[in-house]
Amino acid sequence: MPAVPARRWGPAVIVRLRNPNRTVEVRGPRSVAKLLNEFGLAREAVLVVRNGELVPGDAILADADEVELRPVISGGA
Amino acid sequence: MKCRVCRGPAVIDVRRHNANFCVEHFIEQCERQVAKAIEAFDMIAPGERVLVAVSGGKDSLALWDLLIRLGYDVEGLYLGLGIGEYSDVSGTYARAFATERGLVLHEVDLRDRFGYDVPTAAAATRRVPCSACGMSKRHLFDRVAVERAVDVVATGHNLDDEAAVLFGNVLHWHTEYLARQLPVLPAGNGFPRKVKPLVRLSERETAAYCIVRGIDYQVEECPMAAGNRHLGYKEALNAIEERSPGTKHDFYFGFLDRAAGLFRSGMGTDANELQRCVRCGAPTPGEICAFCRLVERAGGHQHDEAVPVTLGRREQRP
Repeated sequence: MPAVPARRWGPAVIVRLRNPNRTVEVRGPRSVAKLLNEFGLAREAVLVVRNGELVPGDAILADADEVELRPVISGGA
Repeated sequence: MKCRVCRGPAVIDVRRHNANFCVEHFIEQCERQVAKAIEAFDMIAPGERVLVAVSGGKDSLALWDLLIRLGYDVEGLYLGLGIGEYSDVSGTYARAFATERGLVLHEVDLRDRFGYDVPTAAAATRRVPCSACGMSKRHLFDRVAVERAVDVVATGHNLDDEAAVLFGNVLHWHTEYLARQLPVLPAGNGFPRKVKPLVRLSERETAAYCIVRGIDYQVEECPMAAGNRHLGYKEALNAIEERSPGTKHDFYFGFLDRAAGLFRSGMGTDANELQRCVRCGAPTPGEICAFCRLVERAGGHQHDEAVPVTLGRREQRP
């Protein structure tokens, strides 16, 4: 299921993505694993930070949570 | 999800170890993996002085932090590459890390010291930016290490970096590179020893380590590297890893255990054939080293936003 803009339903999970930087709102509750699936992101390629703290794949994101999907792949070697 | 060690709430899963960790035990796990790599490959002896190459990104800052926690005597070296705002921000993170911890950070700015930066070097040489960048880094890490009389240069190459480079070298059968792709390159003939203590950690783990340790780092990807071939290899390997956790580890460490030695006979220039660069004194097979030739071609060029630099396909990432 695609991420659903939730503004009209009130509070939402605020998701920050990078490359390019943008913010998306989705409806909670939903698990971290499900969120990554919805955005088509590989678990090896990203970390999820909620309100400044690292959260695992089974964490449940609630409305009003601020979540960053932080990429971990860097290009130099 | 519970921590494998204490059964408390976990913050990260590490699928190739089939384990989850809380903050405290994840930090311990990272320390253990780095200590294991250092010991297994004789990277750093007790009492040796280490120069860590610091970019301001997750890997180099995690490495510096881990080496300090493991009790090593470490100084940092930051190179100002002149890649616009990206370099400005990266330098800020490197300096803040050092200042907050009272650590020594040396800095060399390519533009100030040698009259070029990575974008102008790429334009002047008509090669991809990563080529001039990598060559400048290798030369200056060696040079500063010799000047500072340190024993070892440590870089933040992680498991993903090494697996991706190996993947590319195998795909194209670069046998000379395969012979040199080791976690330790011994000192000799004017070169310091070079070590990669993060080879047992994935880049997801080094990023997670920075987050749980409260280390701020440059999260943005280098604009010069976007879409390069190396990133494509990483994506391919991650697609395999997703289905079969542990594949990257088995690929890289299997190569070290069972295949690397087979390529040694393909090693290029023998160290004994090297002479001193007539300009800078660095070891080189010719009269003038590659770095001094680069300075000659690119030095004095002004950065021009209109000069195109060769970039690969740009892809969107999270």
